[in-house]
Parts: sequence; C-alpha cells; structure tokens
Amino acid sequence: MRIDRTRYLTQGIAKILIWSATLFTIGVMILILFQILSDGLPVLRLHFFTESPRSMGREGGIFSTIIGTVALTFVAILFATPLGVGTAIFLREYTRETKVSRLIRFGTDCLAGVPSIIFGLFGFVFFVIYLNMGWSILSGGLTLAVMILPTIICTSEEAIKAIPYSYREVSYSLGGTKWQTVTRAVLPHSLPGIFTGVILGVGRSIGETAAVILTAGSSLVMPTSFFSPIRTMAVHFYILAREGISMEMAYGTGAALILLVLFVNIIANWLLNRYIRKKG
Amino acid sequence: MTLNNKLSIKDFNFYYGLLQALKRITLPVKANQIFAIFGPARSGKTTLLKSLNRLTDLTFGSRHTGTILLDGVDIFDSKTSLTDLRRRVGMVFDLPTPLPMSIFDNVTYGPKLRGTTQKKQLIQIAEKALRSAVLWEEVRDRLNTSALRLSGGQQQRLCLARTLALEPEVLLLDEPCSGLDPISTASIEETLTRLKKEYTIVIVPHNIQQASRVADRCGFFLNGELIEEGTTYHMFTTPKDKRTEDYVTGRFG
Repeated sequence: MRIDRTRYLTQGIAKILIWSATLFTIGVMILILFQILSDGLPVLRLHFFTESPRSMGREGGIFSTIIGTVALTFVAILFATPLGVGTAIFLREYTRETKVSRLIRFGTDCLAGVPSIIFGLFGFVFFVIYLNMGWSILSGGLTLAVMILPTIICTSEEAIKAIPYSYREVSYSLGGTKWQTVTRAVLPHSLPGIFTGVILGVGRSIGETAAVILTAGSSLVMPTSFFSPIRTMAVHFYILAREGISMEMAYGTGAALILLVLFVNIIANWLLNRYIRKKG
Repeated sequence: MTLNNKLSIKDFNFYYGLLQALKRITLPVKANQIFAIFGPARSGKTTLLKSLNRLTDLTFGSRHTGTILLDGVDIFDSKTSLTDLRRRVGMVFDLPTPLPMSIFDNVTYGPKLRGTTQKKQLIQIAEKALRSAVLWEEVRDRLNTSALRLSGGQQQRLCLARTLALEPEVLLLDEPCSGLDPISTASIEETLTRLKKEYTIVIVPHNIQQASRVADRCGFFLNGELIEEGTTYHMFTTPKDKRTEDYVTGRFG
C-alpha cells in the first residue's frame, strides 16, 4: 500500500514538473512574440517594406536592410552548403574512422561552440583587412559561412549516417562506382536531413548581429554589388534600439524579422514536403 | 580444373582481421548449373558469395589469399575492372533491399549506372527483367509507384529483376527466399530453374530441402571449410563424409 502511494506521488510530481516546464517555455515564447508584435505590427505598412530608411532610420522603411539580410544570407549559404555537405560526405563515405577524421570532427565540434563575436573578429582581420575585401556583403557572408559550417557538417553527417548500409551495398553490387553510389543511393535520401541543417544555418545568419557589424558594416545605403557594405535587419534593430533612434521603428524591424524567419521556415517546409511526396 | 568451368575457386583463404572465415576452398562451378552452398550459420557461405564479385572489398580489414577465376581470368587481377566484374556477377541479398524509389527506377538502377539513358531502351530492359523474375503481371500498371509499397515477396523478386536487368553471367543468391511465404518461394525456385539456361547460379539456400529441390551440385560448408562437394543426388544419398551425412539427415546442429 505504501509503495503504491509513493509511486502515485512520484508520478504526480513528475507530471506537474514536466507540464510546468513546457508551459514556462511556451509562455516565454508567447510573451516575447507578443511584446515585439504588439508594438511592431502597427508600424508594418506597405511603404515600410518598400522604402529605404531616412535620417538614420527614424523615418522611411527598411527596404535596404531587407536586401542586405537576404544578400548576406544568400552568400553564407552559397559557400557553406557545398563545403559543409562535401566535408560530411568525405567524413562518412571517403574515409574510415581514423585519427584524421576524428581530428576534423573534434575541430568542427569546437567551432560550433565558439561565440559569434570571435568569428566576427576573425572575419574582420582575415576577410576585411588581410584579403582587402572591406566591409562588404562578401566579407560578411563568408564570415557567416564559416560560422554556420559546423552546423551544416554535423547535421549532414547525421543524415548521411542514417542511410542504411544496404543501399550502398546494392549500388556497388550493381556496378556502381563510389561517386555514383554517393550521388544516387546516399545523397538523395539524406537530402531532407541536410536541408534541416541548411535551414538552421539560414536562421542563424538572419539573426546574427555582432559578427555582421564587424564584417559587413552598418551602412544604410542601398548595396550595388557584393562588395558594398550593408546593414542587415538584425543589425538595424540593434542600432535603432541601442542608440535610441526610434523604438517604434525598432519594433517594426523586429516584427518584420520574425515574419521573415517564419516565411523562410514555411517555404522550406513546403519544399521539403513536396520533395518527399515526389519521391513516394 | 578445365576451362568449361564458369568459376574456379583455388586455394582460397579469407580473413576478417585475425578471424579466418574461409579455409583453403577449392571449388569449380560449371556453367548453366545451379550450385548450392549449404551449411550451418557462420560457416562462411555469405563470405564466399560476396568474394565472387568482390563485395568483400567493402569490408575494412579483410584480406584473402588464393585465386578465383571467372572464365579463366583472375577476378583479383589488378587489370580486372571492379564495376565490370559486378555487372557480370550479380548478387541478390538475403533480405529484400529495394531502394526507396519507384519500381521502374529500381529495376533500371544498374543499366543507368552503366550509362544506358534512353527511355525506350530502359523500358524494354525493365519489362524483360520483370518478366524473368515473374513480377511483370503484378506491377505493369504501377511501375512509377514506390518499391517500398510492394509485399516482401514482390520486393525480393524486384531485387532479382534489378540484378537480371544487367544480364549478368553469374547470379549469386544469398538466401533469396528467407522471410518469404511458401508460394513466393515456389515461384522464385521455379524462376531459378528456368534461368539456369542462361545463367550460372550460385545459391545459399535457406534450408537444405531447397538445395535438394533446385541445385545440380552442392557443397557442404562447416566452420569455413568445404567438407564435401558433389552432385545433389550424391550429396543427399551417398555422402562420403560423416558430417555431411549427419547434416543432411538432420542429426547435426
């Protein structure tokens, strides 16, 4: 009898703890969203998206920062995806578990834990100054690429690892070369997992501020090439709020940022589902 | 050893690291016959099969001594093309291994790797292979649906068709009927008997009854050694070795 009662008690406490943890997490999330959206949504008019900022961002819209954000993220993904997926393929398909592969994996794990400001400093010293690229979309994008590389390598590796050995064996037994086996029997089926990693990378790139200020600058001028300096939405939000330029515009930018991330995720999910359905 | 042997295995030893999986195997396999390799688990049957098209190369730390000749040519020779060898010596695995793609893409996977890209030609190849594996009638209307939706027996026949699509000279079958119901088993066995007119077949049957039903010759393996080899009739009626006799009469293991 007593054992039963203790058991019920444990059960009850566990239930309460787990539920409160979940509620707390969701609560905080809703609070943040509510805070930003309630102050930000009223600012969102069509001209807010289509006009560039005027007088430091006190007036006008955020068009140039949207372009900046998209361009920077595009460059980051463009470089990080092939490098990351390539590394993952190398680690999983082209090498056995050796000292070298363990060293590479250890290195990427360490990189994943490095604060973004350190990547910013590296990007500033290496891309901006040493390679003389200046504060530009290219410098910032490359810095972000280095920053999100560990995430993409790690998720891609997991996705490739999850492919059954039998797929490879079948492909080889039908006269496939290593390259054919990787590109036809392994990669197409690990694409959803790789995609997840890329989307995580997109999210981090869109939200990054410290590394971006150091490498892409904070210019409000509309960029004309990949060598132009830019300001991303996240940086714009930071500067507007930090320097007290306009809290109203800051919240507007924040709300737009949240909507952008939401939009990217919805599109990504839709693409992924379509791909999976097409494969049957 | 004469030249009309499709495969000649000579003094073949195989090691996984320190473990010796095959010990001094010498075995001829004649063309257009079904050769069955039977024996208890872990006696080296699958290793021998996978050695015949060098799928064992994929296993890290494995090595071998001795030779295997295919039409008189050493398959381990550095001049032998690995992809050609695997096209000439096709394999069907013990569990159905459809790739997660359509039935059509599964059957034409090998020909596409070889470089056949013409849709018309691929359709012909697919139909012929599926007919050979007695699957055509069941799937002809849904070639573009996922192979994973087929039943286990259909999947295994699809795997057979996929191997046949390359028109190999030798077929290696590793317990192709394990996990199949008796009706599917019967239809696969019937297919094999028909196929041996065009192919040389080496099979690891999933029980000795199957060996007695389909094989022309059999070899009995135990702990990596070939104990005895001969015609199926001889192996099941007058085996020379006591261990073979015990095994085929069910007194063993």
